[in-house]
Amino acid sequence: MLEETLVLFRNIRNSDYDKSLKGYKKTGGFTALRKALEMQPGEIVQLTKDSGLRGRGGAGFPTGLKWSFMAKGTGKPTYLVCNADESEPGTCKDRELMLHDPHQFLEGMMISCLAIGCRHGYIYVRGEYWPSIKSLNAAVQELYDDGILGEKLLGKGPKLDLTVHPGAGAYICGEETALLDSIEGKRGHPRVKPPFPAVSGFNACPTTVNNVETLACLPFIVNEGAEVFKSFGPENNAGTHLISLSGHVNKPGVYEVRLDANLKDIIYDLGGGIPNGKKLKGVIPGGASSSVLTAAEIDVTYSFDALAKAGTMMGSAAIMVFDEDTDAVKLLHRIVRFFSHESCGQCTPCREGTHWARMIIRDFLDGNGNERKLKRLHRVGGNMIGTTVCALGDACGMPIQAFTTKFADEFREVQALAA
Amino acid sequence: MLAPDTQKEITQLLSRYPIKRNALLPILHVVQKANAGYLTPELLEEVAGICEVSQTHVEGVISFYTMYKLEKPGKFHLQVCTCVPCCLLGGEELLEHVEQQLDTHAGHTADDGVFSVEEVECIGACSYAPAVIVNEDYHEQMNPEKLDRLLDKLRTQGQAHA
Repeated sequence: MLEETLVLFRNIRNSDYDKSLKGYKKTGGFTALRKALEMQPGEIVQLTKDSGLRGRGGAGFPTGLKWSFMAKGTGKPTYLVCNADESEPGTCKDRELMLHDPHQFLEGMMISCLAIGCRHGYIYVRGEYWPSIKSLNAAVQELYDDGILGEKLLGKGPKLDLTVHPGAGAYICGEETALLDSIEGKRGHPRVKPPFPAVSGFNACPTTVNNVETLACLPFIVNEGAEVFKSFGPENNAGTHLISLSGHVNKPGVYEVRLDANLKDIIYDLGGGIPNGKKLKGVIPGGASSSVLTAAEIDVTYSFDALAKAGTMMGSAAIMVFDEDTDAVKLLHRIVRFFSHESCGQCTPCREGTHWARMIIRDFLDGNGNERKLKRLHRVGGNMIGTTVCALGDACGMPIQAFTTKFADEFREVQALAA
Repeated sequence: MLAPDTQKEITQLLSRYPIKRNALLPILHVVQKANAGYLTPELLEEVAGICEVSQTHVEGVISFYTMYKLEKPGKFHLQVCTCVPCCLLGGEELLEHVEQQLDTHAGHTADDGVFSVEEVECIGACSYAPAVIVNEDYHEQMNPEKLDRLLDKLRTQGQAHA
């Protein structure tokens, strides 16, 4: 029976936990920050590299390595911008951290600011998340009032400010360079890389963008050491992971698991199986942009590497489960409609491709599908992969290709029913 | 003219950023909230002046993001999510139910401006689907009965404020 492994959620799962600064301090809060203040920035970067921490926003890029790319000696300020845009369909894990244990995340952010020499960090929270924005603002205010933030970090360190910045409703702003354009006060258009943000990011200064959950891991890593963190999960997949389980399961929710858990156990043990005695039809394992798995394919380790090997990805660790009664054509229509709504319109393959794919699937739903259109849909999906400035094109292309391959018969059935 | 409270909030926001344009999105939120939930051409001009950008730039920005409105929303603005997880658990049916109850369609205002309804993409409440946002608050694991009770409550509140 799979159970949760509590690292990030150890306070949240305690029903008596008081999330205020006072409550967080009682649980040993800020010992890691104190420790980090005694360390050289390079030592924090090395420790993070050694811990094997990989970004929790979707790409899984090694965090310590990302920090080491920061341009040095430019004479410009350096910035840490936290990506709290959380808008990949299915994903609702970061909000748990921001709502229910904001100080753990903020401590991690402060440690990370020390690592890259940042004196003013920004937290870009998606605009709809007013409850999270209020929770963070209250927590940041507590930190200023207590003298932890401000002119001298913890009363003895360098100057450090943190600002919570609300977005305004645009999925694409979760892409790090679009997020930077957005926080600069512009339309959120992804940038052509290079230059990478580590060289030219926020206001053309060296910038690192990290996800909330990634930063929240730092207090544990500094307190317990790289080896302990690494011991949760298999080689190259260190640490626990927050997964957002949704759709047709008896117990949807956000759970913390080791990265050697089996996807099947996540669905049946933690999620309590499929409601109403229905059979499982498929699982979207890592946010709307990951390739769908059929019921026969879910006996797989839920880790970055194992899912990549299975031809899909862990992405933002959002698992969406659907039962036998779900119409796969309609489901793909929902996914593609999302991407077509959220395309920033900058690159032709994505702006046009997402729209045309949506129209073709609509044809099937209206009973006007045929074999040629099925092939065309598959091809339109393929034409979006790897041909755009950011990964939104890929994010729409991959589910299209997976659904039209794995559920091709359903597209044909819709068409036969209409005839 | 912006109210003194709004101006104070804007000054505070500006102090948090290296250049004034950076504060554009948060300032637009503050100004919109102070103006019953929508922006007017006059307000855009004023914000453009504050952030030292052209009015065209501000128009470009507000047309990019879904949360800025140019039309007055209802006192209670309902955002019903019909994205993937919400859709799997009845989000579309919930939207239909709201439209029926309020005798309106998504994108419109009902009950003499008490309610407005919007169909939205993922709002990040996926494990608690289906979800609805009313103004700034999330209402989760909704169903038609819970929604009716919520509408009744809001209607009473709306009348009390009127």
